[in-house]
Amino acid sequence: MSVKVRHLVKQYGTQRAVDDLSFEAHKGEVLGFLGPNGAGKSTTMKIITGYLPQTEGSAEVCGFDVTDQSMEARARVGYLPELNPLYRDMYVTEYLEFTGRVHQVPNLSKRIDTMVERTGLGSHRHKQVGALSKGYRQRVGLAQAMLHDPEVLILDEPTSGLDPNQIVEIRALIQELGREKTVILSTHILREVEAVCHRAIIIHKGKLVADSPIGELQQQFSAQHRVTVAFDRPVKPEALRAIPGVASVEAAGTQRWLLTAPLHTDVRPAVFAFAIAQQAVLLELHQEAYSMEDVFQQLTK
Amino acid sequence: MLAIFRKEINAFFSSLIGFIVIGAFLVLMGLLLWVFPDFSVLDGNYATLDTLFAIAPMVFLFLIPAVTMRSFAEENQSGTLELLVTRPLSDWQIVAGKYLAAMTLVVFALLPTALYYFTVYRLGAPPGNLDSGGIMGSYIGLLFLAAAFAAIGLFASSLTTNQIVAFLLATLLCFTVYLVFDFLSQLPIFYGTSDDLVQALGMQSHYDALSRGVLDTRDVVYFLSVIAVFLAATVLSLGRRKW
Repeated sequence: MSVKVRHLVKQYGTQRAVDDLSFEAHKGEVLGFLGPNGAGKSTTMKIITGYLPQTEGSAEVCGFDVTDQSMEARARVGYLPELNPLYRDMYVTEYLEFTGRVHQVPNLSKRIDTMVERTGLGSHRHKQVGALSKGYRQRVGLAQAMLHDPEVLILDEPTSGLDPNQIVEIRALIQELGREKTVILSTHILREVEAVCHRAIIIHKGKLVADSPIGELQQQFSAQHRVTVAFDRPVKPEALRAIPGVASVEAAGTQRWLLTAPLHTDVRPAVFAFAIAQQAVLLELHQEAYSMEDVFQQLTK
Repeated sequence: MLAIFRKEINAFFSSLIGFIVIGAFLVLMGLLLWVFPDFSVLDGNYATLDTLFAIAPMVFLFLIPAVTMRSFAEENQSGTLELLVTRPLSDWQIVAGKYLAAMTLVVFALLPTALYYFTVYRLGAPPGNLDSGGIMGSYIGLLFLAAAFAAIGLFASSLTTNQIVAFLLATLLCFTVYLVFDFLSQLPIFYGTSDDLVQALGMQSHYDALSRGVLDTRDVVYFLSVIAVFLAATVLSLGRRKW
């Protein structure tokens, strides 16, 4: 168990930023941390990294409590804070050397070479951090987080502000890291979670609203299918509702309808039969499962 | 701690602050001591370095806050402090690393003035006719003074995200601790009753005592306490995110 959070509470004045949050993250897993802005994602991460103290509850990193055995826990965490703060007037190698010395990394120059290669910083290693583009700065941020080979990586919105190509590269790197380490990654890009994470946690107003593997999460909430159907003439909604298996009917345009049906019944043949019976021409018939966006919206409304 | 110390020293000399501070201090001291007739040793006809030790605290009043102003304010501003304090380092180690770096810079500024000592030593008639003990005491006093200013500067820097605010605050605090108590002690309400007590709260009386070449433990303890109080306040201020 690499990261264990139990009944975590963070109180800011009268506001509860984190409210009784419990979860675990395991080795070899990329855990997606999802939630709308201000849900308490960053606060939770700051507590795990030891930047902020919790009001109640506990957090553990590799068995070390973040308050009582802070130094041991901190030594095992690589952290990329939100907005990726860096010393702009330092050179890339100089910054990594500084980070390495703080963590007392053995064989530092070799380790830096490995990290520079792995994050694709090769041609930029002798530049000043401030002179780098955003994508390369993000790589420097990742390189410093990974430099001391921590067991746990905490990445707060690692792909924000990058262009699509850079996003793909950084995601590939994170996936690679996830095989041997524990990665906790916060984001509000849902595609990212689908693409990179094995498991997702959704928090809303500081509370845990979902914690399950990505596939299950989608299935759990796609207890219903959504069927879009369009006819060439008006039909009565009551008639549509009478189709066996249809759970609800909603108008989605002049002659388009949005139907929902239980997951295990396919209503499309019945809709087709209905069209024949009504002597209407079927213009459109389309079925889809709920996407991550829908899951997210449902949970955090 | 050593890693932070190295980083800070590198930052001083890669951003030119280090060179500017050392350069400005030496140029100013050189001009006052040898060129400007009002202060010059050559026109004063006495083989002393009193001018140096009278002027240096005034120069330090501005230069040391300039050295320390960025130490925490910049890290606060750019957010790098969050990364720094989540490394396996205690807040004391961070403060100590930065403090020692600032002190190293001050020592490097003071070191070349030893040359003035040898010059004046040779100029005396007969050569060597000067109060070496007094000068040693003055150097020690000046170092303590600089160490106290640096601790104050570090504290001021930890309070804000703005380097200019840090600079002004540090100058004001240094000025207060150095001179204001002395001025206050001359007010009629203190006069004759507790003026020596008020004066002893300020740095000047202790600095002057050390300058006479007498290493009194009371003065040493005074400076060490000021340094300790402000460094502890800096550590406390670093930990204020936890309140």
